[in-house]
Amino acid sequence: MHGLSFDVAHLLAGSLVLISFMLLYQDRMLALLNVFAAQAFVLAASVAWQAHIQDAPHLYVTAAIALLFKGIAIPMALRRIVRRLGIHREIETVVGVVPTMLAGMALVALSMVVMLRVAAEADPLAREDLAFALSVVLLGLLMMVTRRNAVSQVVGFMSLENGLILAATGAKGMPLVVEISVAFSILIAFIVIGIFLSRIRERFDTVDIEALDRARGERR
Amino acid sequence: MREFAFRPEVAAFLIPLAAAGLLAILPGYRLTARLNILACGLTLLAALSLFVLPRPAPGGYFLVDDLNIVFVVLSCFVAFTTSIFSASYIGHEIEIGRLTPAYLRFYHAMYQALMFAMNLALVTNSIGVMWVAIEIATLTTVLMVGIYRTHEALEAAWKYFILGSVGIALALFGTILVYMAAQPVVGEGAEAMLWTVLVSRAGEFDAAFLNVAFVFLFLGYGTKVGLAPLHAWLPDAHAEGPTPISAVLSGLLLNVALYAVLRFKILLAGNPGALAPGPLMATMGLASLVFAGFMLYRRRDIKRMFAYSSIEHMGIITFAFGLGGPFANFAGLLHMVMHSLTKSGIFFAVGHIAQVKRTQDIGRITGLTVSHPLLGWGLVLGVVAIAGLPPLGIFMSEFLVVSSTVAREPLLAVPLVGGILVGFGALMLRLSGLAFGEPTGPSDPAKASYVPMYLHLGLVFVAGFYLPPMLVAWFQHVAAQLG
Repeated sequence: MHGLSFDVAHLLAGSLVLISFMLLYQDRMLALLNVFAAQAFVLAASVAWQAHIQDAPHLYVTAAIALLFKGIAIPMALRRIVRRLGIHREIETVVGVVPTMLAGMALVALSMVVMLRVAAEADPLAREDLAFALSVVLLGLLMMVTRRNAVSQVVGFMSLENGLILAATGAKGMPLVVEISVAFSILIAFIVIGIFLSRIRERFDTVDIEALDRARGERR
Repeated sequence: MREFAFRPEVAAFLIPLAAAGLLAILPGYRLTARLNILACGLTLLAALSLFVLPRPAPGGYFLVDDLNIVFVVLSCFVAFTTSIFSASYIGHEIEIGRLTPAYLRFYHAMYQALMFAMNLALVTNSIGVMWVAIEIATLTTVLMVGIYRTHEALEAAWKYFILGSVGIALALFGTILVYMAAQPVVGEGAEAMLWTVLVSRAGEFDAAFLNVAFVFLFLGYGTKVGLAPLHAWLPDAHAEGPTPISAVLSGLLLNVALYAVLRFKILLAGNPGALAPGPLMATMGLASLVFAGFMLYRRRDIKRMFAYSSIEHMGIITFAFGLGGPFANFAGLLHMVMHSLTKSGIFFAVGHIAQVKRTQDIGRITGLTVSHPLLGWGLVLGVVAIAGLPPLGIFMSEFLVVSSTVAREPLLAVPLVGGILVGFGALMLRLSGLAFGEPTGPSDPAKASYVPMYLHLGLVFVAGFYLPPMLVAWFQHVAAQLG
């Protein structure tokens, strides 16, 4: 198992976690979007690599969706929204960088402990993929909690979803992966269109703190 | 020849899908409202025919068993009566210009799309398809909650969207974990996501995997059930959307999410090494009940108040299923049916009341039994039923829940009864102001459709005295299956 295929998959999945950390401390909107686009590219590479080593051609579709939709189209749309709203210079976090990073490390440690123990029986590639995926999911949640404006919450949600796609592709032979990634893309497209159409007038500052409090409740 | 046979479980979601497409392009309020009713009626017929027509062979892509027939028929029935209510409600909204024809088309299409998604979630055998269907159901309801496009409505829709999406995401992670647990035993591919296959071999799965998976699934789908502390979207979504959607949310969508939880509960019960999901469900259920009971006192908005009452009752139902055993499961099922019927009946009344009084503010709605006797007394009957006064159906199911708790876990009966009584007090307090006294404020003549409301309340009333033996036997069977 410890061959090239394992190492590359490991490297790519680990990079996703690393980029999730980079997302946590970005304080400019445009930089945040760039980092997110980078994460989508790495995800696409990771999914494509899984498609290659699992010999599962349908996963290339998921990789293409990650690349074109999440790596290019969505960041472009969000960049336009951010510019139109004039919030590209804004710095917004509820919690400071240091506590956020510490919380992020704790979450990664937690998911490693939980997943590596739970999946002790599974094959090592799937096990470590799952641990990385859970880390990305939890870091995405953390980001949704520590941000107050709608665009960066959406970025948090999308990075959370990257973790899910990583888990789904890491699970060998899982059916419906393509369908699920399409369903998620529709969901995200709706969110982005929703922000674009409805919140363009009010510069979304009132809503999200409430939602944030609740999202914090999600992680209990 | 088998290919061409009528498949009611397929028809139950294909009819709404076709209707959604049709309603999206047809203009005109009268025609589309009737078509909406017609489509719901046909779906209900298809659902009812599940009782008599042969079921699909187990192990295929669709699953019809005693458990989901109850859910499908209940959903289709409430959706049908709601569509009748919706026709008169929406007629008024068009008159006062709150909805434009374009939005109306959208509304009807979304209504049918929601029906499609819910029925698909209920009859599919694949846990992956179930997840996709519940995601579509979330999307359609989000769009309908925001349909008035006021600031509050958009805010409610956004909150629902973010919380619903996070819930959905957690549920997907749980689904992936279930697949990972099944894959070494069942093998790769679609088989390892079919619920019937999973259940039959659950005993061989890795228990630790299933445990973690259930936590994610329960938190994820539990968000959609509206369990505290994940309930924050629910009151807003109920209060700001059109009232037919409040009725559908409370009467159907919460149940569908609960159904997903129950499916996975059965799965875990099949594995001796896995944790017992009961205590987790019972704890969250009780917490929701007590929390919502107290929150009921501070409500100023009539729809918001009944939304909290929904959280309370979903708490009771989750608690009953968490307690488990044939008796408590029976009580939970009965309570679920009674709650769906009563709560949607109440929302039918509330929708018309908010229209004739031009407000949802509880303080400004008074003396309804004097100004609008039919609506007022309907509301009184509904609130009396939902508060759990004898002799109505909810009293009976609550009584069953309480008595099975006393028999099994007497200590848990204290917070249970306490929560029910707290909620009861709040509802009675508000009811006296709403229904009695001198009517004040604007009061338009009601052009309401009373049939759906009184039909629901009548059924609940009758259920308090008499349950058909066939229904009782059916529920007992399902309760035994739930374990």
